[in-house]
Amino acid sequence: MNIVVLVKQVPDTWAEKKLDPSDSTVDRASVDAVMNEMDEYAVEEALKIKEAHGGEVTVLTMGPNRAVEMLRKALSMGVDKAVHLVDDALEGSCAIQSSYALAQAIGTLSYDLVLLSAESSDARMGVMPALLAERLGVPQLSDARKVDVDGSKVVIERMTDYGHDKVEASTPLVLGVVEKINEPRYPSFKGIMAAKKKPLTTLTAADAGIDTGRVGLATATSSVESFTAAPPRAAGQVVKDEGDGGVKLADFFAAQKLI
Amino acid sequence: MLAAAFGEEEFGVLDFRLSDEQEMLRKTVEHFARTVVAPQAEELDEKEEFPYDIVRQMGEMGLFGLPFPEEYGGMGGDYFALCLAIEELARADSSVAITLEAGVSLGAMPVYRFGTEEQRREWLPRLTSGETLGAFGLTEPGGGSDAGATRTRAVLADGHWLINGSKAFITNSGTDITRLVTVTAVTGEKANGAKEISSILIPVPCEGFRVSSKPSKVGWHASDTRDLAFEDITVPAENLLGERGRGYANFLSILDEGRIAISALAVGLAQACVDESLRYAKDRQAFGKPIGEYQAIAFKIADMELRAHTARLAYYAAADRMLRGEPFKKQAAIAKLYSSESAVTNAREATQVHGGYGFMNEYPVARHWRDSKILEIGEGTSEVQRMLIARELGI
Ligand SMILES: Cc1cc2nc3c(=O)[nH]c(=O)nc-3n(C[C@H](O)[C@H](O)[C@H](O)COP(=O)(O)OP(=O)(O)OC[C@H]3O[C@@H](n4cnc5c(N)ncnc54)[C@H](O)[C@@H]3O)c2cc1C
Repeated sequence: MNIVVLVKQVPDTWAEKKLDPSDSTVDRASVDAVMNEMDEYAVEEALKIKEAHGGEVTVLTMGPNRAVEMLRKALSMGVDKAVHLVDDALEGSCAIQSSYALAQAIGTLSYDLVLLSAESSDARMGVMPALLAERLGVPQLSDARKVDVDGSKVVIERMTDYGHDKVEASTPLVLGVVEKINEPRYPSFKGIMAAKKKPLTTLTAADAGIDTGRVGLATATSSVESFTAAPPRAAGQVVKDEGDGGVKLADFFAAQKLI
Repeated sequence: MLAAAFGEEEFGVLDFRLSDEQEMLRKTVEHFARTVVAPQAEELDEKEEFPYDIVRQMGEMGLFGLPFPEEYGGMGGDYFALCLAIEELARADSSVAITLEAGVSLGAMPVYRFGTEEQRREWLPRLTSGETLGAFGLTEPGGGSDAGATRTRAVLADGHWLINGSKAFITNSGTDITRLVTVTAVTGEKANGAKEISSILIPVPCEGFRVSSKPSKVGWHASDTRDLAFEDITVPAENLLGERGRGYANFLSILDEGRIAISALAVGLAQACVDESLRYAKDRQAFGKPIGEYQAIAFKIADMELRAHTARLAYYAAADRMLRGEPFKKQAAIAKLYSSESAVTNAREATQVHGGYGFMNEYPVARHWRDSKILEIGEGTSEVQRMLIARELGI
């Protein structure tokens, strides 16, 4: 089973993030860039499927030069090869444009599964699995919290508000996973040393056959008009459980008129 | 690192940067320390619980195998890689960091440095995977700095060592996963009448091996420290580690390396004090503005950063010499001495920056303060480091 995992570099989830007032985009220069935390679950799931069923795992990202660091991390976790779609023309692409560019890049690879996480911690649109499935013309299995692979049949537990649905489809397909599906591994030192020797290919927009008129900030289908900073969080109230924690919590919620 | 590259350039470049791989290792351990270790630190400290689950995860990441070749289950890295990992762990929790430091440099390293091929094959795969822990017992109730005053005795008869005696404050010696305790023991008398001291491997638990209950310590609460008693323990003659009569000398060379690792640990603690103080000084208000805007506090934090940075350079430099195979005894002693005193000073100052909250155990700086003092004592006291430096200077 050959798997392409999509990963995205985002501003450190733990750091305080600022928006650049001049163009309403995230000020990426001021914070560390890391792999979108949820993408680590996608990488882990791909590695697990590979370990159980064989095949090859390729990570693909669209992003600036510094995204190479994140690709190395994926390689050090055990991924076989990495593809980096990087081109100035792609800067500022919206979700719809990105899905077009990524689908073009995926088209240059052979795959049974395109695996990605439900959303990234910076944009938080949660639409990429569906957009990609549509572009690639393959079924979509989304919000998976458990995946079983049996030959070309993939069965998932799709997380819902009330529990889960069991959904099944045949490869090739797009698989979107949620957090908690697994516990992502940390790269081992051996993995870190091996990562440098693994293939890392760079694709330009032209290499992937992307029409540059259809991507980039100028023709983006959505844009941020304005923003307001979130109000600072007030100090929380700590409820210490001395045997009566439940009652105290209920009292607190009642006082807030929540129950 | 630190490679003075005498290439095309006439005068050469001094390079203090980490390689991509070193940086990736540092970041990986930093992330693990921040997201897995730090959230548990307060509870482990309060309950004085050994961090079994964290040790298991560190084993999976290969941290216990960092400086050992792959043929013994190691990761094929080096001692500097180990130091980077220890520094990052100590930024979150000194108890976890010392568990790794002692497990590798006192538990496994003596077997790797002085063991026969058979001993290496028997012990290293288990120790380098973190599945089991090894400990080293040198200190006795009657003497730590004067390690030559060893009273534990081992007598060779009928192909077996018969061991009797006791050891004090032995790290990692009483956990559920401890399987090896290497001890120094008097095995005879030298021609000049001095004690002949040798190292012997004791697979534990075993008949006659007694472990004390946990002592009540000021800090390092989640680290395992025990007193040990040996009552007629017998082990095969082949359990001698290294040459007979070289036990003390061999152990001193292990301590030279270990000092660089302890220095890395101290740097991690010193840096954690900067991190915590910085956060607090920006947030805490007094007389209408953040306390960090008062020069008295800002300068304190600047001095803390100065010590952490300088101490880091000291251990990098010592590790660099060690890995090049150059003499590094003085540099290791300087690194250990400077960084441990920096850690204690930074912890005291960080507590001061936090005011009354710094005295509350729910703030990490309070734990750092309690954890720092041992750094001036273990693996050679500050006085011993000064003796070593002076001796290297020829006085
Ligand atoms: C938590 C913890 C973990 C430890 N883990 C281990 C372990 O895993 N293995 C192990 O073998 N040991 C271990 N130790 C022991 C530690 O290494 C010793 O405590 C240390 O070396 C000091 O020895 P001592 O306690 O006997 O002090 P002493 O040697 O009695 O020293 C007391 C004081 O006298 C000073 N002093 C001694 N001699 C001189 C001199 N000639 N000139 C000037 N000053 C001198 C010392 O610097 C110190 O200030 C551990 C200790 C602790 C507290």
